[in-house]
Amino acid sequence: MAYSHRPFAYRTPPGVTAPEPRHAVVIVGAGPVGLALALELAGQGVPSVVLDDNDVVSVGSRAICWSKRSLEILDRLGLGAACLAKGVTWTVGRTFHREAEVWRFDLQPEAGDKMPAFVNLQQYYVEEYLAERALAEARIDLRFRNRVVAVGTQADHVRLGVETPDGPYALEARWLVACDGARSSVRGMLGLDFAGELFEDRFLIADIEMKAAFPAERRFWFEPPFHPGQSALLHKQPDDLWRIDLQLGRDADPEAERRPERVIPRIERLVGHSDFRLDWVSVYSFQCRRLARFVHGPVIFAGDAAHVVSPFGARGGNGGLQDVDALGWRLAAVVQGRAGAGLLDAYDRERQVAADENILHATRATRFMTPAPGAERRFRDAVLALAAQAPFARGLVNSGRLSTPCVYPLPGAPDDARLPAASRPGAVAPDAPQGAGWLLERLGGDMVLLGVGCAPPAVPGLRGVAAEINDVVRARYLGAAPRALLLLRPDQVVAARWVAAAPGDVAAAAAAVWEGRA
Amino acid sequence: MSLVTTPNLADPDGFYAALLAAHRGLSEAESAALDARLVLILANHIGDRAALEAALALARAAGGR
Ligand SMILES: Cc1cc2nc3c(=O)[nH]c(=O)nc-3n(C[C@H](O)[C@H](O)[C@H](O)COP(=O)(O)OP(=O)(O)OC[C@H]3O[C@@H](n4cnc5c(N)ncnc54)[C@H](O)[C@@H]3O)c2cc1C
Repeated sequence: MAYSHRPFAYRTPPGVTAPEPRHAVVIVGAGPVGLALALELAGQGVPSVVLDDNDVVSVGSRAICWSKRSLEILDRLGLGAACLAKGVTWTVGRTFHREAEVWRFDLQPEAGDKMPAFVNLQQYYVEEYLAERALAEARIDLRFRNRVVAVGTQADHVRLGVETPDGPYALEARWLVACDGARSSVRGMLGLDFAGELFEDRFLIADIEMKAAFPAERRFWFEPPFHPGQSALLHKQPDDLWRIDLQLGRDADPEAERRPERVIPRIERLVGHSDFRLDWVSVYSFQCRRLARFVHGPVIFAGDAAHVVSPFGARGGNGGLQDVDALGWRLAAVVQGRAGAGLLDAYDRERQVAADENILHATRATRFMTPAPGAERRFRDAVLALAAQAPFARGLVNSGRLSTPCVYPLPGAPDDARLPAASRPGAVAPDAPQGAGWLLERLGGDMVLLGVGCAPPAVPGLRGVAAEINDVVRARYLGAAPRALLLLRPDQVVAARWVAAAPGDVAAAAAAVWEGRA
Repeated sequence: MSLVTTPNLADPDGFYAALLAAHRGLSEAESAALDARLVLILANHIGDRAALEAALALARAAGGR
């Protein structure tokens, strides 16, 4: 059944009738990133105003693949169960060349995590869950049909011009977080350069509704018989919806390609029948670009407003939620006076590294799919021709390297070479079963000192957690070491770890985190 | 492992003949495609990234641009 977009209620904002006091945080954009950030801040005790020019969730499914890390973040916001219950869980991807399967991957071959490698769930559902949660949260003032039309930056605050159905008003904020998407108007109004690469190939992206017994796997074809010379993707979503991506090439006419009489025969050739309903069609070309910096005085960029990638690898929405993860606790600490504004530089630094990684992978995948004539094309075809015969070539087949959280470079972080790579400083703490629950449920939100095989010593400002030992914990946290102590940031990232540490070492490492050095 | 640029083939003339034989009867495009496959196969066999980078640099330099 087609999703029904119920409009959210518009209410006259107070600023239309009388000036509002300066807000600590104003977020522009109620997409997944803006909404998740507001919830993260609320969880930290920080109120925010969220402005969105629209009053409905995403039109079209757009982001459908939500990664394990995104699900862990959504779980912290109280939405993990809803996303799992509604979404389609998958871990296996299969890639074909012509008729033959050339590569099969399992993103989560081993158990030990609460969340699966991926869940497919239309962006409108994720936004709906986030918006309902935000509307119920007293610390979030969510204003629909409030369009930001002017931004004036001062050293320590921002003045906004906002348009509403009741006319314009002005708003002031100590911090403005621009989560207003790929065409960010805040970015435009500040005149910031959005540099990177634009790809010429057009892609038809469609959702169809049909009953089908295909398994919940990601299926990708290079040069399939039903769509000669191009690539295709088929992916299952809830509600009997299926996502289809069809590469159209460089010369395709986007207007003509969007028309049902053009789209339907293409899809009939893929699914082999005409027993389906076209739910959503769009024609895209893709880009990989980013801002040079994400923090500009009192204006902070996150999500697509800061960086965009082509969707192969599902790094857009997932990368945006990881921005939220890296920003929320830091901005909260700055607003509450627990840290200096310099802490935001660490957000900027870490997420630039992550954006570059996402752009690198997305660019490589897009190039593999849409090789330029000449050598690029020749090597791409060579890989595909070899993949059916020689195992090594399968690793070169690139239909998208799926989103995993960036491991931040923390060069000065205390570490011990005896401990396993999975939980090294800079990495998100890996999950593990704990009694009837999970390790990650016990971490996050604040700074934790995790004792594995030992009781964590008392250190001021840190919440001690002792892990229950089992095989997963041993493999991911101990390796051959008898015990380990881990300092975990509020975003569940490992800041430092030791086999043995004095409370003073731990306190020094915690201070480095709050000063933005780790 | 550094790139071996000193003679390393037991029978250089024999290998050269085999290389030409592998291309015999192919069109220009088919030959180029074969070379591309061959490069990938040999690169995987070598495996060592530093040696491969040195090989790429040498190949490019020897072409004069
Ligand atoms: C075809 C396709 C497939 C994709 N698949 C995936 C996937 O599988 N996985 C994945 O992770 N990502 C995917 N993405 C990317 C994902 O959709 C984006 O990365 C994600 O929407 C970014 O979220 P955001 O909150 O930053 O921006 P957006 O979702 O674009 O939200 C921005 C919000 O800001 C509002 N706004 C804009 N200007 C103003 C203004 N001036 N004033 C007030 N409000 C304003 C807009 O109305 C909007 O609500 C896909 C994208 C496409 C197009």
